[in-house]
Amino acid sequence: MAMPELKNRPIHAIAQDLAAKSYTVGELVAEYINRIDQNDGVVKAFLKLDKERVMRNAEESDRRRATGNPLSFYDGIPIGVKDCIVTAGESCSCASKILEPVISPYDATVIAKLKSQGFIPFGRLNMDEFAMGSSCENSAFQKTTNPHDPQRVPGGSSGGSAACVGAGFAAGALGSDTGGSIRQPAAFCGIVGVKPTYGRVSRNGLVAFASSLDQIGPMTSDVEDAAILLDTIAGHDPLDSTSLPNQTTNFAEAVRNAPKSFKGVKIGLPKEYFTDGGLSSGVEKVLQRSIDKAKSLGAEIVEVSLPHTKYAVAVYYIIATAEASANLARFDGIRYGKRVNGKDLVDTYFQSRGEGFGDEVKRRILLGTYVLSSGYYDAYYLRAQKVRTLIRRDFEEAFKQCDVLLTPVTPTVAFKFGEKSDPLQMYLSDIFTIALNLSGNCGISIPAGIDSKSKMPVGLQLLAPAMAETKLLSFAQTLQQ
Amino acid sequence: MEEPRIDVGYVAKLSRLEISEEQKPKLQKDLESIVGYIAALSELDLTGVEPTAHATALSNVWREDTPEVSNTREQMLGNAPALIDEELIKIPKVLPGEGSN
Repeated sequence: MAMPELKNRPIHAIAQDLAAKSYTVGELVAEYINRIDQNDGVVKAFLKLDKERVMRNAEESDRRRATGNPLSFYDGIPIGVKDCIVTAGESCSCASKILEPVISPYDATVIAKLKSQGFIPFGRLNMDEFAMGSSCENSAFQKTTNPHDPQRVPGGSSGGSAACVGAGFAAGALGSDTGGSIRQPAAFCGIVGVKPTYGRVSRNGLVAFASSLDQIGPMTSDVEDAAILLDTIAGHDPLDSTSLPNQTTNFAEAVRNAPKSFKGVKIGLPKEYFTDGGLSSGVEKVLQRSIDKAKSLGAEIVEVSLPHTKYAVAVYYIIATAEASANLARFDGIRYGKRVNGKDLVDTYFQSRGEGFGDEVKRRILLGTYVLSSGYYDAYYLRAQKVRTLIRRDFEEAFKQCDVLLTPVTPTVAFKFGEKSDPLQMYLSDIFTIALNLSGNCGISIPAGIDSKSKMPVGLQLLAPAMAETKLLSFAQTLQQ
Repeated sequence: MEEPRIDVGYVAKLSRLEISEEQKPKLQKDLESIVGYIAALSELDLTGVEPTAHATALSNVWREDTPEVSNTREQMLGNAPALIDEELIKIPKVLPGEGSN
């Protein structure tokens, strides 16, 4: 058979093609490179792609397959990597000038796990600098565009990963999600994105933004693929002290056996997500169709309340910036990264950081430093941590009344470049995604339909309690069938 | 609610960030607008509410105290902006006075 259209071709289908010898891994990777050569000049998803290396990896995979020793059913399938997850021997800039010169000395745990199954880490994908942003406009190097409309943003911060999968440049990608950075771009680009339970996936080798919120997760063209990648990257890791012990994962199997109906399933609609937060009528219309579909599949729809939703953005921008200001203190131009020589050591810190960081990163470091500074700690940081407790309790109460929550991912479809120039307006667009990170629970964004006016994709979000990914993914599959 | 006033120069100093005079007014305005927004948390009564620092209940995670193979010295020094004798990181002078780097 000739090479099929690779756009939207899922990992599980490609794996079957490879097993049936319809084409080789070398041909597959060459076709992805060909697609990138033709289209990435507009999409600009990749910061770097070492073509020689991935072709070499492809040849190795073909040799393993030819001798009957593939590392797994998925051996040779390329997976794009967000530029904040380290891959040995490759750059890892976090789309920042301060890390531009760095070559990673080791593999992140998730990369080692991908490689152990034969997946090929495929290039470095653009992002908002240090994952701070919702549009990829904060990258120091390039503006990734939405594969559905080049005048619109792909979302962020994992915008390069979402655009890569949406444009068919790789079979799947890894992103990271601190306040919606996987789910929001997935929704904007019409793909699937999972924010796993905090502690489900090792953060070893993920450049830290806000350590109590960050999680790595899969970004794919369908739910089964997300389950396959999550099976691969999840699990306890002694190198991450926040990694959860005693995990069993067989998500792909659960998705393949997903129920055909929602009989006996209660789906909660948090009322605040539909009344506050500025949900646009176009997105609401598409969501309503999904809710009707869930109902027709037998689900009982119940209204629930997450009463502290309106404080989530404020809590998030205190906690995330406080943690970021501490995490980013390590970038000082001394041990690695960009150094700008000043008149003495301290001046070198000031100059290196002043030139190395972009505006949004500076804004967040300043905000984080301010809320932690003497005299303000109790008023902001400690208070935010207390409200975080209330937000967690909101979810606990809601999950007593239903199995999963169904919500919008974003108030609107992907916006146009430059449309949100005020930082606070940009932050407020994260309203539906950030509470999940504060609570530590898991969530998925799946395509729900197309907005009739803009013709842009609309996502919907399912949220489930911590460690309930099996339920989360199989329900997502039921809804998507 | 009182308008927050933020001394951007002072906070930038705490953050070890070089900020130009031209950047200050815009940063000041942005930060005051954001801090004005997050100040909404003050309307909540939080008596008796415990803070959440982390989403999981794990604490004091230790590993066995046994030697393991780790990254090599060459690998870890490979990204340093300046080295002396390929094994020491060269830094600018720390104390004021005579002599250079």
